[in-house]
Amino acid sequence: MTEELDPTAQDSDGGSEEVVLTPAELIESLEQAWMNEKFAPELLESKSEIVECVMEQLDHMEENLRRAKKGDLKVSIHRMEMERIRYVLSSYLRCRLMKIEKFFPHILEKEKTAHEGELSSLSPEELVFAKQYMANTETYLKNVALKHMPPNLQMVDLLRSVPKPDLDSYVFLRVKERQENILVEPETDEQRDYVIDLEEGSQHLIRYKTIAPLVASGAVQLI
Amino acid sequence: MFCEKAMELVRELHRAPEGQLPAFNEDGLRQVLEEMKALYEQNQSDVNEVKSGGQSDLIPTIKFRHCSLLRNRRCTVAYLYDRLLRIRALRWEYGSILPNALRFHMSAEEMEWFNHYKKSLATYMRSLGGDGGLDITQDMKPPKSLYIEKAECIKDCKGSAKTMGADLKDLSLDKEGII
Repeated sequence: MTEELDPTAQDSDGGSEEVVLTPAELIESLEQAWMNEKFAPELLESKSEIVECVMEQLDHMEENLRRAKKGDLKVSIHRMEMERIRYVLSSYLRCRLMKIEKFFPHILEKEKTAHEGELSSLSPEELVFAKQYMANTETYLKNVALKHMPPNLQMVDLLRSVPKPDLDSYVFLRVKERQENILVEPETDEQRDYVIDLEEGSQHLIRYKTIAPLVASGAVQLI
Repeated sequence: MFCEKAMELVRELHRAPEGQLPAFNEDGLRQVLEEMKALYEQNQSDVNEVKSGGQSDLIPTIKFRHCSLLRNRRCTVAYLYDRLLRIRALRWEYGSILPNALRFHMSAEEMEWFNHYKKSLATYMRSLGGDGGLDITQDMKPPKSLYIEKAECIKDCKGSAKTMGADLKDLSLDKEGII
């Protein structure tokens, strides 16, 4: 059962192309997005199309199950499948929310200064949530403490007080597309930077910062 | 010594294991704010003296008080913010209605923050997908199998059952399977 699902992607001419994904491929891309999000230290690009399509798929499955014969073996198997998919989707969205709450000043700052055409790391609904979270927290701190403090101390710069994501943390990855000449920066003063090639199918433990763009492009998969 | 009370607030939270929310220390907070007011006023008068009289040996004291003020602020904000994080975790642990015991430990403003957070989260969850949205506070653990039974195939089920995205199951005669 192949359905035309429609994550509309913009290509560089500004036209949109429809990508036809089988349900199996859709779930696979959900799982990949989920694992990447779990293991990346920073908030990754928003994958709203995948989320929307998966929700649609779950609705279809629910419909089919309602119409199916009771006691059919397939019903329980499909129900299990639905629970599994719902778990992965919920976990993915929870992971994103957690990161949004953890790094909210930095994420919102990035949104403000993002250029036209740069892919957003927040879906529109996540952006609303993030802004509300920030406003809520700022208002609380101001009313409970800051406004009772001496005038020159009432402003707290959240960008400085809230920690940034640690992009130097190490991640495991598997290479999907061969990459050449990846520059690895030195960690200490004694080391020098060097260049590596990433063979398809190989697995590595490497600093996130070095391969962050490859995660975004889909060339590597975090595991 | 200055900032003692502020340090006590921080220590109080540090001692409470993760997830636990001790009672809101309104008294402690008030004392820190009073100390800050006193330090600031002392500094104000000293700064005026320096400006008019030129007594520059007051400057180290002024700097010291300023550092204490900054430390007090940092400890206070850390105390309040950490409590917010604990309260946030309560929404995910207990749902929208908090047990009374915990509510008594929260200040009125914390309750307000919690209510706003709840509402914001609900709005976000409703916006997911098509109609009803998705409650992502459910499904916190990977699903266990629906039944854990051994089923023996007494009839050849002609091949396999297809599931979306998962492996095809082989339901041939006499094979025992866990469903």
